[in-house]
Amino acid sequence: MAEKHIVRVTDVTKHFDLGKIVVEVLKGIDLTIETGKYISIMGPSGSGKSTLFNMIGGLDKPTSGKVFIDEVDIAQLDAYELAWLRCRKIGYIFQTFNLIPVMTALENVTIPMTFAGVSHDESLERGMELLQLVGLEGRHSHRPSELSGGQQQRVAVARALANNPAIILADEPTGNLDLKTGEDIIQLLKTLSSSYGVTVISATHDYKMLNVSDQVVWIRDGRVDKIQERSELEIRTGGLGTVEAEP
Amino acid sequence: MRRLVALPMGKSVQMAYQSIKVRFFRSLITTMSLVLAVAFLCYILVGNDLAQALLSTGDPVLGQKLISAGYDVAPGDTSLAATAKQRWIVFLSLLVCVVGIINAQLMSVTERFREIGTLKCLGALDRYIVRLFVLEAAMQGLTGSFAGMLAGILAATFSGTIRFGLDIFGIYPFQEIMISAAWAIATGTGLSLLGVLYPALLAARMQPVEAMRVDQ
Repeated sequence: MAEKHIVRVTDVTKHFDLGKIVVEVLKGIDLTIETGKYISIMGPSGSGKSTLFNMIGGLDKPTSGKVFIDEVDIAQLDAYELAWLRCRKIGYIFQTFNLIPVMTALENVTIPMTFAGVSHDESLERGMELLQLVGLEGRHSHRPSELSGGQQQRVAVARALANNPAIILADEPTGNLDLKTGEDIIQLLKTLSSSYGVTVISATHDYKMLNVSDQVVWIRDGRVDKIQERSELEIRTGGLGTVEAEP
Repeated sequence: MRRLVALPMGKSVQMAYQSIKVRFFRSLITTMSLVLAVAFLCYILVGNDLAQALLSTGDPVLGQKLISAGYDVAPGDTSLAATAKQRWIVFLSLLVCVVGIINAQLMSVTERFREIGTLKCLGALDRYIVRLFVLEAAMQGLTGSFAGMLAGILAATFSGTIRFGLDIFGIYPFQEIMISAAWAIATGTGLSLLGVLYPALLAARMQPVEAMRVDQ
């Protein structure tokens, strides 16, 4: 049986033209991501990790090569279709949480549903369910400034799930959280990924992520260095040997 | 399947209102320059209305008072136009006001780049962003102009009473003053919208990837 690939990246390069010099950030990346997996993209800063990540999220277009999300070539999409894709297919989680500061937790969770054309009552109901799912019942009327970092990230997770996306893209989701809260968020993402079949793709430096990842993609110097399945990680290193191996 | 994203007008108005309400102090500062400019405009317009009404009475004593108050009326004149000097000052004050609004709105866009980027990541189209900014500016424009208009009328009436005595209430030109007030509100709202145009376009062109930026 053919496995379904939610993301397919073929021979992608990305150059940034900085006037006098052209920086090659990605130098030909091939990658396929299966539906329902929990993927971590790892790599040192400057490796092109974020650029690849933005490409997968439809936030940036490749210089050459193709990026398919759910078998749709994102280079072919116009502004409306891209907005639709971001709204319906992809849920974003940011390092800096990025909740809308003037809105309450519930309103933050319901905006993507408003964009998707869901009726007001229905979105409120689903918003409350989602907040409950991430463990924030009773906090729906709080503004982001009245919530802790971990709670804000939980709201962001609920918001990312609002339109039942196929992919959740998490950019360093634990980067601004302490150890314990970070682990809670990782566990939450893992639970959601396994119970809803959502593909979670996260760019990260955080080695706590390795324990829950089905697959780890190492990026180095604009190329895929290696792709490790979870079993390999555990057998070889138990998580930390690989850490030492990295500069 | 129709792949469309939506933002109903009612929801946009609510979002814009909420944004102003929560950042009330900030909005107040943005609106303040508009209030002052509209108040000044309205003061000049209403002052001229009052002077015109006094002149129309044909009373030579009131005509003399007008001249001593600095109005350029020759004996026998029946109408009185805004002087070139007045027009220039009003024009300059409105110009300064627009520049102030643009400046404040640009700062507001810069401050909110992450919010704008996030909205775009969640599926907002460029025109929703423009709409939010324009709605905010329209609300600020209307309230600011209304406040400025009231202040202008009060100030003009007060200074008229001091210069010409209580006589002005006998000939108080309600209709003309209402027209002047409408002009002042329209001008103020128009200026507010004019000032937000460039910042709103700038905001709409912002790339969603900005939301990912970590450094401030």
